[in-house]
Amino acid sequence: MSDSSVSRRDLLSAGIALGSTAALGSRADARSYSGEMPWMPGEADAPTPITPGPFQFLTPDEATFLDAAVARLIPADDLGPGAKEAGVTTFLDRQLAGSFGKGSRWYMQGPWKKGESTQGYQSRLSPAELYRAAIKDIDAHCVEKFSGKKFSQLTADQQDQILKDLEQGHLKLKNSEGKTFFTVFLQNTIEGFFSDPIYGGNRDMIGWKLIGFPGARYDYRPYVKQHGKKLNLPPVGLKGRPGWNPNA
Amino acid sequence: MARKLPAVDVVLVGFGWTAAILGQELADAGLKVLAIERGGWRDTPTDFAVTFAQDELRYYWRRELFEEPARETLTFRNDQSQTALPMRHLGSFLPATGVGGAGIHWNGQTWRFLPSDFVAKSHNTKRYGSLPEGMTIQDWGVTYEELEPYYDRFEYICGISGKAGNLSGKIQAGGNPFEGPRKREYPNPPMEMAYAPTLFAKAATETGHVPFPCPSANMSRAYTNPLGVTLGPCTYCGFCEKFGCGNYSKSSPQTTILPVLMRKKNFELRTHCEVLRVKHDAAAKRATGVIYVDTQGDEWEQPAEIVILCAFAQHNPWLMMLSGIGQRYNPQTGEGALGKNYAYQIVSSVNAFFNDKIMNPFVGAGALGIGIDEYNGDNFDHSGLGFIGGGYLACWQTNGRPIETHPVPKGTPKWGAKWKQAVAKNYLTTLSIATHGAVMSHRGNYLDLDPTYHDVHGRPLLRLTFDYTDNEHKMSDYLTDRAAEIAKAMKPRETHVKKREGHYSIVPYQTTHNTGGAIMGTDPKSSVVNRYLQSWDLHNLFVMGACVFPQNPGYNPTGTVGALTYWAADAIKNTYLKNPGALVQA
Repeated sequence: MSDSSVSRRDLLSAGIALGSTAALGSRADARSYSGEMPWMPGEADAPTPITPGPFQFLTPDEATFLDAAVARLIPADDLGPGAKEAGVTTFLDRQLAGSFGKGSRWYMQGPWKKGESTQGYQSRLSPAELYRAAIKDIDAHCVEKFSGKKFSQLTADQQDQILKDLEQGHLKLKNSEGKTFFTVFLQNTIEGFFSDPIYGGNRDMIGWKLIGFPGARYDYRPYVKQHGKKLNLPPVGLKGRPGWNPNA
Repeated sequence: MARKLPAVDVVLVGFGWTAAILGQELADAGLKVLAIERGGWRDTPTDFAVTFAQDELRYYWRRELFEEPARETLTFRNDQSQTALPMRHLGSFLPATGVGGAGIHWNGQTWRFLPSDFVAKSHNTKRYGSLPEGMTIQDWGVTYEELEPYYDRFEYICGISGKAGNLSGKIQAGGNPFEGPRKREYPNPPMEMAYAPTLFAKAATETGHVPFPCPSANMSRAYTNPLGVTLGPCTYCGFCEKFGCGNYSKSSPQTTILPVLMRKKNFELRTHCEVLRVKHDAAAKRATGVIYVDTQGDEWEQPAEIVILCAFAQHNPWLMMLSGIGQRYNPQTGEGALGKNYAYQIVSSVNAFFNDKIMNPFVGAGALGIGIDEYNGDNFDHSGLGFIGGGYLACWQTNGRPIETHPVPKGTPKWGAKWKQAVAKNYLTTLSIATHGAVMSHRGNYLDLDPTYHDVHGRPLLRLTFDYTDNEHKMSDYLTDRAAEIAKAMKPRETHVKKREGHYSIVPYQTTHNTGGAIMGTDPKSSVVNRYLQSWDLHNLFVMGACVFPQNPGYNPTGTVGALTYWAADAIKNTYLKNPGALVQA
């Protein structure tokens, strides 16, 4: 990985609006090419894994809520660990702290109107703002309805009912739209469960092992014609897999 | 005030498939050609190398290869009674930004349209009588026979893998018997087939259909194209559509043309420069050049003898509207052609769930599949059906990327323990039959400028008014019923029939097959460009891409976009340059 791509990624995660282009500075400078194929060493636009450590966006209360909620969306059961064990809360934290949370690729200019369902997302809240507002609203609703208990303190059945009410638009929240939040939250939870482990979720490739997805492989030519055969290929992430490391 | 730059012969607006083709053809003809691209340079080893290309979150869900709505988007409504609102993030379709355009992240499904598709209006009225109220389909002004050599050129540049079904009128076993006659075989044999498409082929045959391997821009073997550029064999990695190919195995401008074009001294590419409008002299019926802005916010005037719009489909009519070229379409009176006949695709699917058949869905490629064409175009008698047009049915095996692809039976909750169990149970043992239907143009489906919302440069956003009509729903339901019958013939444990119901929605991904708005035709009153894709208003302005389709047939558009581009390039080189002026007298 080149220095330039690291600094670009760091800038992106710091929320500085850059485009999706290859090298640092390329957005800043229009460039002209003629008479040659453009190529410079060290310009590969490799991904940047999350940095370990404390939460960057979530408050402790928010993290507690999300730990409880993702454990209902994809629970641990006889089949194996669920979203909480897969590190989905950490995944969500890094996503919300970065470019996605800020909605930096999204069109976020008014005027704002509710619109038809066919017109898609029309909230003035960025994803990070939406999570912040909705978690606060949902916990406030729970405290009121369940004599002082927050979402994370409810029984699994009570939690499921709250989530169902959000999903179906039955729970009216104070400062946010519950159904909009649920749609984004469920999508992001599935992303955290199934995306490459470099982003903080899918820890130990839990999600991939559950279904039999072999991960970031790039050559299946030997297997195309093995019709109907279970391949049992161990999953590989962008940073390899534990079996590649003799000390693992 | 824009500063004026030295003139060039040709300026290309945008640098995807059509601009790469034109750049190569026109630079080869000795012209000084400049391409202006709003995004950056992108190439295989730097931007989607095999060491990091297989990243579902980054490229698809975080949209890294695609257009950023924060900079430019459109507004959308289903009909004129609604207020159009901005598409705030991408969903239904995925235009690109950057060199190669959507040619980087397409599937590679590379079809020819049927001969009857090019004469849709005259053909259907002749066979079935009057068209449904409000349907505004037109003939193209160009025929399949005229385009055949240009389809051939694009297919050989790309190295399409497939099997001919009709060689100069002789039906060929193993190919699509409904296709228009072709002069020679595909440049490469069909891809090796994964399990699911072979199950579909068997069931399709048993139910009286003729299955064939779908034409694919994923290489079935190493291939060197007529420009001398070599592509490598596809590795079936399952990160194809919505991704860049790390393996030089999917045809794109980068893997077929740019290694030759970029080395030419009389070709120049300017990246991170965005064309704001076309300058023109209406009295002289000429475009004089373009105005573009660089990343410092400085505006430049680039004079040119020929201006060619090569941006993604709907951006071309948008640029014409912003430039005040042509008469904008009025849906009340039906007058004006610019923005008229926006169309799309109507798609549906049938999932078949098995207990014991392991599909290994992750072994895939963007155009790996088996199709049938009995229900496309006018390949079947529509009498009494209440619709015209059709589409293909296919069993593609494109991917097993789990965020996107985790099929569950009908009635499964969307989360929780039951969802998790269903995902785990069905991931390896499910296949899907897709239907890919035409969208006929309709009086109320069109593009114009939004009165309220603006882009990052302060320009009014394009406003899209679109919904499926009765014709599309009836047709799509008909296709879906046929798919369900074939699925049933496979004897699965259960099926899930997913019809396309209700209004068109901008939210879920469907296809990036946006068409119309700057349509081609035979009459300046009802079309924006003539049969050579030349503007009726400004003779040195040409418009490329699917925006010229008068309506959208039941196939993926790129094969025809490529063919039309080579057709227009020949008209410019062989006719226009000798005597600049209107190539067709209005």
